[in-house]
Amino acid sequence: MFFQHLLNGLIIGGIYAMVALGYSMVYGVLQIVNWAHADVLMFGTFIGMLLATFLHVPVIAMVLLAALFTAILGMAVERVAYRPIKSANRRMAVLVSALGMSTFLQNLAQLVFGSGTRQFKVFDTNAYEIGGMKITGMQILILSVTAVMLLILYIMVYRTKLGIAMRACSVSIDNAKLMGINTNMIISGTFGVGAFMAGVAGILVGNYYNAVYPTMGYLLGMKAFAAAILGGIGSIPGAVFGGFIIGVIESLGAGYISSAYRDAFSFLVMILILIIRPAGLLGAKHIDKV
Amino acid sequence: MGKILEVKDLSVNYGVVPALRDISFHVDEGEVVALIGPNGAGKTTTMHTISKLIKPKSGEILYCGKSIVNEEPHNLVSMGISQVPEGRGIFQPLTVAENIEIGAYLRKDKEGIKRDKEWVYDLFPRLRERMKQISGTLSGGELQMLAMARALMARPKLLLLDEPSMGLAPVIVEDIFHIIKKINKDQHTTILLVEQNAQMALTASTRAYIIEVGQIIREGSSKELKSDDQIQKSYLGL
Repeated sequence: MFFQHLLNGLIIGGIYAMVALGYSMVYGVLQIVNWAHADVLMFGTFIGMLLATFLHVPVIAMVLLAALFTAILGMAVERVAYRPIKSANRRMAVLVSALGMSTFLQNLAQLVFGSGTRQFKVFDTNAYEIGGMKITGMQILILSVTAVMLLILYIMVYRTKLGIAMRACSVSIDNAKLMGINTNMIISGTFGVGAFMAGVAGILVGNYYNAVYPTMGYLLGMKAFAAAILGGIGSIPGAVFGGFIIGVIESLGAGYISSAYRDAFSFLVMILILIIRPAGLLGAKHIDKV
Repeated sequence: MGKILEVKDLSVNYGVVPALRDISFHVDEGEVVALIGPNGAGKTTTMHTISKLIKPKSGEILYCGKSIVNEEPHNLVSMGISQVPEGRGIFQPLTVAENIEIGAYLRKDKEGIKRDKEWVYDLFPRLRERMKQISGTLSGGELQMLAMARALMARPKLLLLDEPSMGLAPVIVEDIFHIIKKINKDQHTTILLVEQNAQMALTASTRAYIIEVGQIIREGSSKELKSDDQIQKSYLGL
């Protein structure tokens, strides 16, 4: 039973990890929390659902199109809600702007898609038995998509010029400019990449629970944010690690203690870890040298 | 030789506080020019204004005869201006090799980049030994070398150096200035140098400007300034 819970935890943890990366990467370059991240995810999931249900777009194309839409929406949010005020370095204004954007997107979704819950089921849901553990086709899909996405992201961040530029921006925007880096483009790209992954995660989670609704981003976003904080916000490996930890703890807690407190376990663990390590598990410790 | 950089009547304010008042100076092609002054004189402000991180209140900055006052900071590198900022501005979580790589961010010529990497590693052999290291683990002198190597990777026509001697042991400072002269001689890179260490700056430069409380108070050839009584008293401690 333990391994079954562990497996379930890793699966949902992968989703949290993909969403957490968006929070962490944006925080890395701009030191702001993009509160609209989870709502951008929700919007993308709706688009995916509409593409699949009404336009009967093939699954792979649907995922790619919806994720691309999510990426563009994520970049638009940065352009409209953050870029005009971030230069003034007003952290509080950015925070309010982010919360406003989040509410706006939720209300817009209610207006356009209605406030009810829509069904979304396009993947294989047959259950298989492997080594005494039950796993569904959907779960296998989530695991493999998560693995592929994380691998692509890893290569992009650590092996490409764009990745080096992103990491340089997260150290210092001004110094990145001195290297000839168009920092606005990199910031925009960071929002895009984060939102793309959130779009994929949204479609997976929407199918996992067979539900898409305007406030679906709320709890998912909070947990992913907890994962990002737990791992050390701004740290890419931290976000992935944090996502899996939150997923596993939630699953074990629900299985062995009580499923009624499923959501409480994640936050409890986050609080405990932050008391011991305020910068998060893999959070940056700054060394200043003259 | 033509003027590569010309600053005319430049004024900069921080809020209502004036930091630079109508300063004018120029750098000819192939020169090493030093801007010397004490803490708070406006040296770094001048550098940041040239590299466009700060917007001036008034005045003009010409690079190769063309105004760059309204240029975006990231465009300057492709125009041929590289800066080693105050405090080096090394991306410390990145490795030494990655920092060098990012200096060539805008270049597309793979072969040339490879050649220049070899060249900067030859110029700073210490960096070659530490290529794979996270740059946050380097010593102050090594960080300064890395910052210079990184700036050189952009193949600049004009290199701006902001306090290369800051916080370094005298023997390392000597090394650094030796390399500055070498870069100017071998690569014909024009260098504008901002320094508190007047002794070193006057030795390495051809001409110098003395800046105090946001104004240029003296200018001349470095030789002449070095033997000037007043300069010796206030800046060289002789």
